[in-house]
Amino acid sequence: MANPEVILKVNDLVKHFPVFNQSLFRKQIGAVRAVDGISFDVRKGETLGLVGESGCGKSTAGRAILQLLRPTSGEVVFDGVDLVRLKGEPLRKMRRKMQMIFQDPYASLNPRMTIGEIIGEPLLVHNLASKTEAEEQVQALLKLVGLNPSFANRYPHEFSGGQRQRVGVARALSLNPSLIVCDEPISALDVSIQAQVVNLLEDLQHQFNLTYIFIAHDLSMVRHISTRVAVMYLGQIVELTDRDELYHNPLHPYAQALLSAVPIPDPEVEAKRQRQILEGDVPSPRNPPSGCHFRTRCPLADTICAELKPAFREVLPDHFVACHMVK
Amino acid sequence: MTDLLDVQGLQTQFRTREGIVHAVNGVSFKLKEGETLGIVGESGCGKSVTVMSMLRLIPSPPGKVTGGTAMFQGKDLLQMTSDEIRHVRGAQISMIFQDPMTSFNPVLTIGMQLTEPLITHLGMTRSQAYERISEMLKLVGIPNAMERLNDYPHQFSGGMRQRAMIAMALGTNPQILIADEPTTALDVTIQAQITDLVKRLRNDLGMAMIWITHDLGIIAGLAQRVNVMYAGYIIEEAPVKRLYANPQHPYTLGLLGSLPRLDLGSRKRLTSIEGIPPILYSVPTSCPFSPRCRFAIERCLHENPPLIEIEPDHRSACWVNPGSGKER
Repeated sequence: MANPEVILKVNDLVKHFPVFNQSLFRKQIGAVRAVDGISFDVRKGETLGLVGESGCGKSTAGRAILQLLRPTSGEVVFDGVDLVRLKGEPLRKMRRKMQMIFQDPYASLNPRMTIGEIIGEPLLVHNLASKTEAEEQVQALLKLVGLNPSFANRYPHEFSGGQRQRVGVARALSLNPSLIVCDEPISALDVSIQAQVVNLLEDLQHQFNLTYIFIAHDLSMVRHISTRVAVMYLGQIVELTDRDELYHNPLHPYAQALLSAVPIPDPEVEAKRQRQILEGDVPSPRNPPSGCHFRTRCPLADTICAELKPAFREVLPDHFVACHMVK
Repeated sequence: MTDLLDVQGLQTQFRTREGIVHAVNGVSFKLKEGETLGIVGESGCGKSVTVMSMLRLIPSPPGKVTGGTAMFQGKDLLQMTSDEIRHVRGAQISMIFQDPMTSFNPVLTIGMQLTEPLITHLGMTRSQAYERISEMLKLVGIPNAMERLNDYPHQFSGGMRQRAMIAMALGTNPQILIADEPTTALDVTIQAQITDLVKRLRNDLGMAMIWITHDLGIIAGLAQRVNVMYAGYIIEEAPVKRLYANPQHPYTLGLLGSLPRLDLGSRKRLTSIEGIPPILYSVPTSCPFSPRCRFAIERCLHENPPLIEIEPDHRSACWVNPGSGKER
C-alpha cells in the first residue's frame, strides 16, 4: 500500500475505571484496567476490526476513542487534532465527524421518539438544518438504509431488530461523518438478518467512502468485513495485521487459539480440524497478571513473560504482535 | 440401532392477546441410541418449544400441547402422570439450558443443587451424592471439586457454571441429554472448551443428544443428523454432511449463504434473506417461507409443502428444487 492516509491515530490509550471502598470517604482501592495502553492507526476508507472476548476492553476502547468515555491517558489524534485535550464547543464540532452504531437495537433507540425524530435529532442538535430541512433529510436517509420513508412517524417498538439496526445506521449517517465506530452492530440479530445489515454497511462504505472501526467477537464476520484486524486480550492489543495474514499466519498464541476455536459451518472441515483449547478463564482486569497479560493461559509461557511486558512491535511488514516468544 | 425417542406430529400453541400463536406445527423426528441430533433455527422458530413440549415444561396457560405423541421406552411422555414425567426429567432425559447465569438458584450452594436429582430420583444418601457429584465435577474439569461444592453460583464464572450444569445433567447417567443453546452466552474459546468436553463425554458415556442452536457452525462439528426448523415446522432434515454439501430447502441455502466462512475468507457479498420470520396466528395455507423465498412459484402460495424425500434419509419441505429452480 502506497502511504495510506491515516485518519485516526491512537497512541497509548488508557481507560481505567476506579474502584472505591464502601466507607464514607470512598477511598480509591484499585482500578479496573479496561483498556491498558493500546496504540494503532486507522487508515482512510478501511475497516479496522477490533476483536476479542467479552471483557477484553474492545467496547471501552471504541467509546474512549469517540470521547464518549474520557480516557485516563493517551492520545487520540483524529484529523490532526488530539481529541483527549479537547472539550466544550471544539469537541462538539469534532463529534459530527465521528459517529457510533450501538450493539443493542432495542436499548439504543428512545421508545418515546418517532424514528424520524431519532434520525433527525443530530441535525437539529448541531444546528445544521431547520426542522423542514431535517425532515427531508430523514426521508432520504430512510430510503438510503432500505426503510420506507413513510415510516418516519412510527415508533421503535413497531420495528423488528434488523429494521431498528437500520434506524441506528441512518442516525449515525445523518451528520455525514467520516468515521463510524460499529460496536457489535449485528450480534443481537438473527443469522439471516445479520447478513442484511452487514451488506448495508458495506454498500454505504463504498458510497460515502466511510472509515469503520468494527468491534465484534465473531471472527468469521470480522474477517469478512475488515481490511485489517486487531486482536485484544485483557485491555491490550496482542496482534494487528491484514485480515488474510492474520488468518494464514497468526503469530500470537492467543490469536491462534481464538482462530482455532471458531466453528466452521462445514462438517467435512470440522472433522479434520485440530482444536487448540485454552485452559481456564480470562483473569480479572482489576488485577491482571504481571508482564504479559496472557501468560496464565499461554501454552508457551516462560519466566520472562511474568517479568516483562512484551513490546508491541512490527515483526513482519504491517504485522504487529506483542509476544516475547515470537522471533 | 433402535429408536430411543420417537416424536410424531407434535403441536404446541400459545394463547396471546393477539390471538393463538401456532408455535410448533406437527413436528416429527426420531432419536437413535448414541446419536446426536441437531435442531437448527432462528429465534422464534419453535426449536426450544419443541423439546420443552416433549418434556412437558411448557407453562400452561398460556401454552398448550395440542397434539402428537412422544414415545420414550414404550411410553408416551405426553400421557404420563406428573410423577412419571418428573422421574424421566430427573433421571433419564437431562437438559442443559442456555443461560448459565440464571439457571442456578443464587441462594443455594452448587453442591445442594447438583446433588438434588441424585437424592430425589436415584435414592442416594447425601454423602453418596456428594461423592458422585465431585467425581462428575472432576470429569468436567473443575479443580478442587469437593471444596467448590460449598460455593454459591456467583463464585463460578460463566464457563464453570455451564460445566457444573453439565455435571448435574450427567450425574444421573441419563439416556438422553438435551442441550438448549448451551454455549450461546459464552465466548468462543469457552464455547470450544464446552463443545470439546461434551463430545468427549458423549463418546465415553454413549448417550444420545439433542443439540439446539442457531449456529450452523457448532452443529457441523457435533451432530450426525440435523433438523432445520422454520415457523414451527421442520423444513429440512438430513445427515449432517448431506445438509451442508447439498442443501435442498431455500431457507437452509439462505442460512448457509449468510454465514461468512473464516477458513475461506472470500469477500463475496453475503446472500441475505430479505424480510423477517413470520408469527403464525393460524395454520398457514401457503408455504410459511414463501414471502421471503426467491424460488417461490405459484404452487407455494396455495399449498404448504410436506417433507418430500430427496434422497434416502434426506427430506425437504419445498415444492421447488433449488438446484434447478424448477418444480420437483
